[in-house]
Amino acid sequence: MAGFLIRRLTGLVLTLLAASAVVFLALELLPGDAAQILLGTEVRPDTLAAMRAQLGLDRPAALRYAEWIAGLATGDLGVSQVYHVPVWDMVRDRLAVSLPLAVLAFILSTLLALPFGITAAVKRGRLADTLIMGFAQIGLAVPNFWFGILLILLFAVQLGWVSAGGFPGWEGGVGPALGALFLPALALALSEAAILSRMVRASMLETLGEDYVRTARAKGLSGSRIVVGHALGNAMIPIATLMGLQFAFLVAGAVIIENVFYLPGVGRLLLQAIFERDLVLVRNLVLMLSAFVVALSFLVDMAYGAIDPRLRRAT
Amino acid sequence: MTGTRLPQLWIGLVVTVSVLAAALLSLVWTPYPVDAQSIIDRLQGPGAAHWLGTDMFGRDILSRVLGGAGTALLVGSAAVVVGLAGGLPLGLAAAMNRDGWADTLIARGADLIFAFPALLSAVLIAAVYGPGAANVVVAVGIFNIAVFARVIRGAALSVMARPFIRAALALGRPWPSVAAIHLLPNIAGVIAVQGTVQFAVAILAEAGLSYLGLGVKPPDPSWGKMLADAQTLLYLDPKQAIIPGLAILWAVLGLNMLGDGLRDLLDPRLRSMRARG
Repeated sequence: MAGFLIRRLTGLVLTLLAASAVVFLALELLPGDAAQILLGTEVRPDTLAAMRAQLGLDRPAALRYAEWIAGLATGDLGVSQVYHVPVWDMVRDRLAVSLPLAVLAFILSTLLALPFGITAAVKRGRLADTLIMGFAQIGLAVPNFWFGILLILLFAVQLGWVSAGGFPGWEGGVGPALGALFLPALALALSEAAILSRMVRASMLETLGEDYVRTARAKGLSGSRIVVGHALGNAMIPIATLMGLQFAFLVAGAVIIENVFYLPGVGRLLLQAIFERDLVLVRNLVLMLSAFVVALSFLVDMAYGAIDPRLRRAT
Repeated sequence: MTGTRLPQLWIGLVVTVSVLAAALLSLVWTPYPVDAQSIIDRLQGPGAAHWLGTDMFGRDILSRVLGGAGTALLVGSAAVVVGLAGGLPLGLAAAMNRDGWADTLIARGADLIFAFPALLSAVLIAAVYGPGAANVVVAVGIFNIAVFARVIRGAALSVMARPFIRAALALGRPWPSVAAIHLLPNIAGVIAVQGTVQFAVAILAEAGLSYLGLGVKPPDPSWGKMLADAQTLLYLDPKQAIIPGLAILWAVLGLNMLGDGLRDLLDPRLRSMRARG
């Protein structure tokens, strides 16, 4: 297990380094540099030179990259070029919205997918199966931001039950804050729930066809005991893998959903940074989101390796 | 296989052809020019003059929905072509060089691409070059290269283990000709299935990015951009938010069902998870 862990950990660090290089190089390729973008094309050459010096652009790119990575290693994400405040201070407050949103969406998608997927598998070929898989097919095709708009249309515009967006903050209590996150989380959860329920169904069907399940049936165990006690545990291995990977997609998907519901999260900050051409902020936010995806797939790999020893040798 | 045994395939095919027809139609005819504004006609309900009504600039919604189909299909097919152009040679090279340095390098490259969900790389590209449909094609296209390379490698390896490939090689045929004559026809089905999935992913990405203002630039029609405009009118004219969303749903549903149907046709036992971006 130690060898497997070291190999995977090295892979993780290398992928993160390569990802950081991609992000840095992409932003270095900018037509005109960051100083030009901030000041516009009508600027006097000496002002431009002063801004370049202030942003450190007069130094070699390799040195700036090394400084950025060294800063990241010590938790220093640099200073926003537009707001002149430390990037970490801006990100910290936004994470308090984005992470709970992703967690809530994760819980909702699991709560929807498990019972529906299991029911579809147990009732294979019957009406319930057809209906559930039909809904899953539609859930896969509905763009999450459109579903979000429809939820706003129904619950805010037509029924007037909730406001059309915004976030009251955690200071006002957990209830109102979670209330504001519920519809966005539901919008985010729908397509993930559709994917997951198809996976749950497929995995359960495979497990229900195994010999030991047939043996349990032959012993006269009840249907629900077979499903919960025998099949579900084994079916959960691939399901748990997918769930781990889905969490990363939920965080990325939040970029759109936060804009639909005007939530002050990391995704909205990223979009704002792009429109204001705050490249230091863009660089750190993109890398942070990508690091999150990489780290989660690493954790899923580890968990998988811990459950199934064959994988440790295979990779 | 008859139509009744594979309803998904046929429904998916009919739906996809309808979107394709709408897109082709929009190239030669729309009821009104897609960007023709008429302020006195704005926010009209459905009627004889405008079948689906008009938007906040008095533009004909039906014309823009048809034009949006053109944009979606153009971006989607371009992203699939980019993905295949890169992914096919890389996937085949990885399969032929199994566990060699090229295989390892391609696998690590794919890992790196997967570290950036398509949406995130599109956002990064938009940060560099500003909004535009090309961003979506490049971002989703790069993501597709990694997806196709991985899928094609797997499919090619399973075909390469079969005797007729070994026989062809034993006869002294060079690799490229074996790949073109014997390998490709046998993995074409897998590629087609994956193509429908990636096409649908690209349509969703285009809509999402245009909704955020990072995709198709106005006044070009895009379903995602129409939804962004509609959201500002939710209290005034809620129906504006329905039609473009239904158009996206229709197009993606058709492609997904076509892909599922094709997969069942090719291998009824295979019920793998659909790849996604």
